[in-house]
Amino acid sequence: MKGRAKERRAVSGAETFMMKIEAIIQPSRFDSVKDALREIGIEGMTVTEVRGHGRQKGHTEVYRGREYTVDLLPKIKLEVVLPDALVQRAVDTIQKTAKTGKIGDGKIFLIRVEEAIRIRNEERGENAL
Amino acid sequence: MAQLEQKVSAAQSAGDNAWMLVSAALVLMMTGPGLALFYGGLVRRKNTLAIMMQSFLLMALISVLWALVGYSLCFGGGGSIIGNFEHAFLRGVGADPNPDYAGTIPQSTFMIYQLMFAIITPALITGATAERMKFSGTVLFLTLWFLVVYAPLAHMVWGKGGMLNAALGGRFPTLDFAGGTVVHISSGVSALVCALYLGKRTGFPKQPMPPHSLVLSFIGACLLWVGWFGFNAGSALAASALATSAFVATHFATAAAAISWSLAEWIKNGRPSALGAISGAVAGLVAITPAAGFVAPMPALAIGFIAGLVCYLMVTKVKAIFGYDDALDAFGVHGAGGTVGALLTGVFAQQVINPIFGAGKPTGGLDGHWGQVGNQLVGVFVAWGFALVGTIVLLKITDLITGIRVSETEEIEGLDITQHGEEAYNLES
Repeated sequence: MKGRAKERRAVSGAETFMMKIEAIIQPSRFDSVKDALREIGIEGMTVTEVRGHGRQKGHTEVYRGREYTVDLLPKIKLEVVLPDALVQRAVDTIQKTAKTGKIGDGKIFLIRVEEAIRIRNEERGENAL
Repeated sequence: MAQLEQKVSAAQSAGDNAWMLVSAALVLMMTGPGLALFYGGLVRRKNTLAIMMQSFLLMALISVLWALVGYSLCFGGGGSIIGNFEHAFLRGVGADPNPDYAGTIPQSTFMIYQLMFAIITPALITGATAERMKFSGTVLFLTLWFLVVYAPLAHMVWGKGGMLNAALGGRFPTLDFAGGTVVHISSGVSALVCALYLGKRTGFPKQPMPPHSLVLSFIGACLLWVGWFGFNAGSALAASALATSAFVATHFATAAAAISWSLAEWIKNGRPSALGAISGAVAGLVAITPAAGFVAPMPALAIGFIAGLVCYLMVTKVKAIFGYDDALDAFGVHGAGGTVGALLTGVFAQQVINPIFGAGKPTGGLDGHWGQVGNQLVGVFVAWGFALVGTIVLLKITDLITGIRVSETEEIEGLDITQHGEEAYNLES
């Protein structure tokens, strides 16, 4: 992972990429994950309520005799953009805290971020994070 | 002595009038917000305002029509099928009682109370046409329906000279205390005709269309239960022991029906649903409507229990078999529940509760007068007939003038936006 990150330069000209961690987790684990990230110094994040499923089965609802299969399950999507140096620790923290051991725990994706800009004062790169 | 009698009678009148005014308010509440919420929660979010608007529109429109000609057509004159124009513009309707109908309250009170029934009856039909009927078509159709179907039925059952009027010597006396035939069979059967004429909603039955907010429906159902005390007990037209009897019968039937529908679901699906429980309650309320002032509490429990089961089967099994899209089960609950209730009224009516045919005269089956069930059948047939024929004709007329169904694009986008230019929920704002 670290080796590949140096294959080309980012738009910002920096030698390492910033990374976005996109984690889809169980809603019931979200508070613990948020607290655990704060403990390692990560506070900024974007949280969305989403629906989806991997291998997890949904449930059936019945309204006046009509059955509906609901297989889009509620999840929380957590997005954090971090300097490369902090990514591994953040991923480990999320993975350990969000895990329940059952199907439906979710996934973590890592995406390279080309540039980051702070809207308030136009700071760029890792300074903007 | 005469002075004392006068004072007692004035006190009774005051009590009657107070109760009747409260009852009128309760029945209006049944439409707004009772029915509006009940139906509103059952439709998809994009059609919430539309269905509420239809109920609200009727609260306004029927009221104006009632004042102009409606009351007179229903309760004026002495015709066997329809009233006349003697009370058009509410001429002659004021503080003086009308002894034909309610001798201890101002006729104005009677008039305003009956108005609330005329409002909710067409509103019930909107449950079958939900999510695909044009607003303009709804306005035109329900106006015509009120004049052509509701007014004659109300007159026949409750009006002086009406051929089904049990209290005033009609030829085929149908026991209908608060409107099982006039309100529920008429609207329920009309609802079925509308559902068949309009056709199924786009995507029905494959596309899931679950209720968008059972919370709203729950609140609506509870308002209906409470409001219905005005509907049924108020039909005693006095603050009397009969009003109490009707109040009590109403309550017990509703309770029993909620339980029987829930039991049916518990057995069939393994768990009872909130929607099932409130639907059961409404079915019980419908079924006890014709019977409320004629039956004792134990029969009321039986009527409710039976209605809960019958309506449950109508809504889950029968609708699925025939495949019609009665979107909010107006026929399954009101049409079926009203028919069952009207027939059971003939079975369970007792003179000890209400000697409607005169002192000492048997009323229904429990009194040995099983012929009353036959009379109930006549009333049921007449109500079904008027509703069926009237609705088909009026739908055709409406279709030619304004059109009935929205276009497929409009239906998919939703009635709130296309018919009313609004969204029910702007939660991001």
